[in-house]
Amino acid sequence: MQSRSFVAAAVCTLAITAAVLLTAGRSDLAGAIGPATELPPETAKLIAEYQRPSSIPFPEDNPHSDAKERLGRALFFDPRLSRSSMQSCSSCHNPSFAWGDGLPKGVGDRMTQLGRRSPSILNLAWAEAFMWDGRFETLEQQALGPIQSGVEMNMSVADLLPRLQAIGEYRRLFAAAFDGNPEITADKIAMAIATFERTVVSGAAPFDRWTAGDAGAISEAAQRGFVLFNGKANCAACHSGWRFTDDSFHDIGLPGDDIGRGKQLPNIEKMQHAFKTPGLRNIDRRFPYMHDGSASTLEAVIELYNTGGIQRASRSDEIKPLGLTEQEKADLLEFLKTLTGDDPPVQYVMLPR
Amino acid sequence: MSRKLLGIAAVTACFSLMPLAYGAEIVVDQHNKEFSESAITIKVGDSVKFVNEDDIVHDVHSMSEGYEFDLGVQKPGSETTYTFDKPGVVKVRCAIHPKMKLDVTVE
Repeated sequence: MQSRSFVAAAVCTLAITAAVLLTAGRSDLAGAIGPATELPPETAKLIAEYQRPSSIPFPEDNPHSDAKERLGRALFFDPRLSRSSMQSCSSCHNPSFAWGDGLPKGVGDRMTQLGRRSPSILNLAWAEAFMWDGRFETLEQQALGPIQSGVEMNMSVADLLPRLQAIGEYRRLFAAAFDGNPEITADKIAMAIATFERTVVSGAAPFDRWTAGDAGAISEAAQRGFVLFNGKANCAACHSGWRFTDDSFHDIGLPGDDIGRGKQLPNIEKMQHAFKTPGLRNIDRRFPYMHDGSASTLEAVIELYNTGGIQRASRSDEIKPLGLTEQEKADLLEFLKTLTGDDPPVQYVMLPR
Repeated sequence: MSRKLLGIAAVTACFSLMPLAYGAEIVVDQHNKEFSESAITIKVGDSVKFVNEDDIVHDVHSMSEGYEFDLGVQKPGSETTYTFDKPGVVKVRCAIHPKMKLDVTVE
């Protein structure tokens, strides 16, 4: 098995290298950037790791259909899924705030302040281990969590089903989405919401135009920032790929009593104070930052990583003081700003009556 | 005296050969935040040697009921071996990168 895996790895490496060299004129990219910036030869290879996928993946047991997406969109924007009838999924995952809510910590039923910041739901079709502590494996499992949580939407499935069943247009939407069967169940609600969520994908950003070959799409400072992101600043150890996250869990050395994933995995040292690595698409519109909203600006975030946070046994091995210069911090910031693009307008719905 | 030494040497040799008598060792690489296998079937007593070929740390664990274990932090380049000593279906994951999945069926 060992020799087989080595041969497979060697073949894959050769194939990928060949693909990178042959595709999309990478060799002209370095020359076209500008005389002031001498990019390392590895940059073209790095760019290949940030290519966007051509389609959204849907699971085999919950394939996409327009009808299911339409139902999921209605449910996602419908405040009647909460006991108060005032709070929908979109209240906290608001398209106008890059699918978050712009608050340091979320607000739930009867104005209860929640313990953590509302994450953005951008680009989750490719993600796994949902929530800051990763306790839900799939989007289907996650969807019913906040609905039933006493401090969030505070609604029981037992009360929700008859409420939706009484709405004629919902019975028709469920039938259209699920093979003519109008019966409303918790599973169908979860499947429909998850299907809609998978369609929430970031639009093309200036960074994407640059990786596609438009040499002037981002500034030279931003290009230096990209190199730092993948090198000295070590961001790409976790914020990797076109979504700028590998969905991993790390303690980055923040203060506070919240032990994050440590509650799920109490016996694993590296999981204490560990939280999900968020994606960075549209990041300059998604402040405040961190699981508790404690960092108000991207400058503060960069400074946090630069110092390395609290040194403790659970802190990720990827986190350490970086020694960034003021120029390097500024370049990183310029790069991060290039990750915000023109997101497609969000279709609002007339809710079923 | 020399016969005693010979005896001690023979016993030592026997003990060092014992692991080979216990079961096969299957090597699974951790590369690009993936296991080199996604599912394997092994026998009770077999071991899996996890080789961290990435330049970041991993932490192999299982939360499968009755088969919970945690191999701790695996530094880049390290090798960590775990012996599966009873039958079952074990969902092996990396605690840090839970997208890394290896389903081990122990027969």
